[in-house]
Amino acid sequence: MKKTGIIAFVVIFCALALLPFAANAISPKAPLELDYNTPAIKSLEEHKCIESTEFMRSSHMQLLDSWRNDVVRNGDIVYTATDGTKYEKSLDDSCLTCHSNPEEFCDKCHSYEGVNPYCWDCHDSFGLWRQNESNEALYQDFLASVEGGQE
Amino acid sequence: MRIVGPIIAVCALAGIAWLGTGPLSLYTLFGVIIPYCAFAAFVVGFIIRILNWGRSAVPFRIPTTAGQEKSLPWIKQNKLDNPSSKAGVVGRMALEVLFFRSLFRNASTEKTEDGIAIGSAKWLWLFALIFHWSMLIIVLRHFRLFLDPIPAWITALEGLDGMFQIGLPVIYLTDLGIVAGITFLFIRRVVVPRIRYISQTIDYFPLVLLFGIALAGIIMRYFTKVDMSAVKELTLGLVRFTPQATVTEPIFYIHIFLVCCLLVYFPWSKLMHAGGIFLSPTRNMANNSRAVRHVNPWNYEVKKHTYEEYENENWEKMQALGLPLDYEHVKEEEPPAEAEAGAAEGAPEAANTEDSEG
Repeated sequence: MKKTGIIAFVVIFCALALLPFAANAISPKAPLELDYNTPAIKSLEEHKCIESTEFMRSSHMQLLDSWRNDVVRNGDIVYTATDGTKYEKSLDDSCLTCHSNPEEFCDKCHSYEGVNPYCWDCHDSFGLWRQNESNEALYQDFLASVEGGQE
Repeated sequence: MRIVGPIIAVCALAGIAWLGTGPLSLYTLFGVIIPYCAFAAFVVGFIIRILNWGRSAVPFRIPTTAGQEKSLPWIKQNKLDNPSSKAGVVGRMALEVLFFRSLFRNASTEKTEDGIAIGSAKWLWLFALIFHWSMLIIVLRHFRLFLDPIPAWITALEGLDGMFQIGLPVIYLTDLGIVAGITFLFIRRVVVPRIRYISQTIDYFPLVLLFGIALAGIIMRYFTKVDMSAVKELTLGLVRFTPQATVTEPIFYIHIFLVCCLLVYFPWSKLMHAGGIFLSPTRNMANNSRAVRHVNPWNYEVKKHTYEEYENENWEKMQALGLPLDYEHVKEEEPPAEAEAGAAEGAPEAANTEDSEG
């Protein structure tokens, strides 16, 4: 009994230690491939995002977070990139115009790395809200007033 | 030196990793070779320790009896603090492993003007619990890097861990927990004079090492950033035996190298209490000494001369004297000898089947 207990302990420990290897041996291996082939990106002369690829890879979430705070709390909607180009601080109207395939771009990487951003907690409903024409008009008025107020 | 030594050692280890991957770019060494070796050393070392412990003698039933033992039917037994059955032992062990029940009873003794005051000291229990649970959840969370597709329970665990959605990347509660836990455990050793007196280098080193690992991880996640897709490519490659060390950030290798040091150090250090707790004889045995006969397994066979044998040998004389006779007279010596052997063998077997091990 004593011996079987020790052996069972060692076997369970080995099984736990080898579990990740075993799980990977049987799971399908799909390499991470991001799709940049959207009409908007294809039409660009130079294939680059608003900042360098390294910066976007590592820090896009913080950029978007600061954008949200700037837009929602301060009404500041203009982002000036490092190279001086100005962009609207908007996930829908800046990022997603080029990356119009979030399932093949955002979600691919996020699900590969197990990241669960809560962008769509708000943005989904906002998109729905804007589908109503009068709401869209309201939003455009708001944008115009904010832009006008800044300049 | 007992405190400063470990700090210098961990800084030196971090420095080695930085030197190896910053200026020297030895990515394959620090990202592939050392992790494989460290993992193998951990698994083999852990097994060796368990087997060694398994070979050691457990001659006595020595469960701590912290409550009423099983007695007469109208006396209420404390089944968890003085278990008499396997189920009770499992319950006691589960509470011990998951909630540190015996540490919860930790008491502190203070000198007062009138004499000595004994009070409950729950801080150690609380912070030990915070530290260990944070550690467990952090280790489980890291499996997102070793599995693809990621199982739903890991995603759920991460969601729970970052449920307050503070900051971006979302702050994990366990990151705060592990830092708070280690800090308390460290400060406790430094500040309390009696604990400080008995604390050695080997008590401080694991704390500093774990703190270094947590710190490198936190810096990597919240501040300096790494290319996560390259990290996952490497970690997945490791478990698929096709490793490609394409990560270039030294902070990542510092984190990994300190973890490797922990893995190598783990089986040969006090950290082995992770495995050893299941083998604690004072916890994993049922207190059934009054119900079951336990015989020391290496007792030599005692030469017995039973009354039955005595009577048998002197049967004729006893009968002649008219003494009362308890047994039927047997001419040959064999039957009583067999019965004796059977009785002697039966007891240890019965005792062994009741022995419980984790």
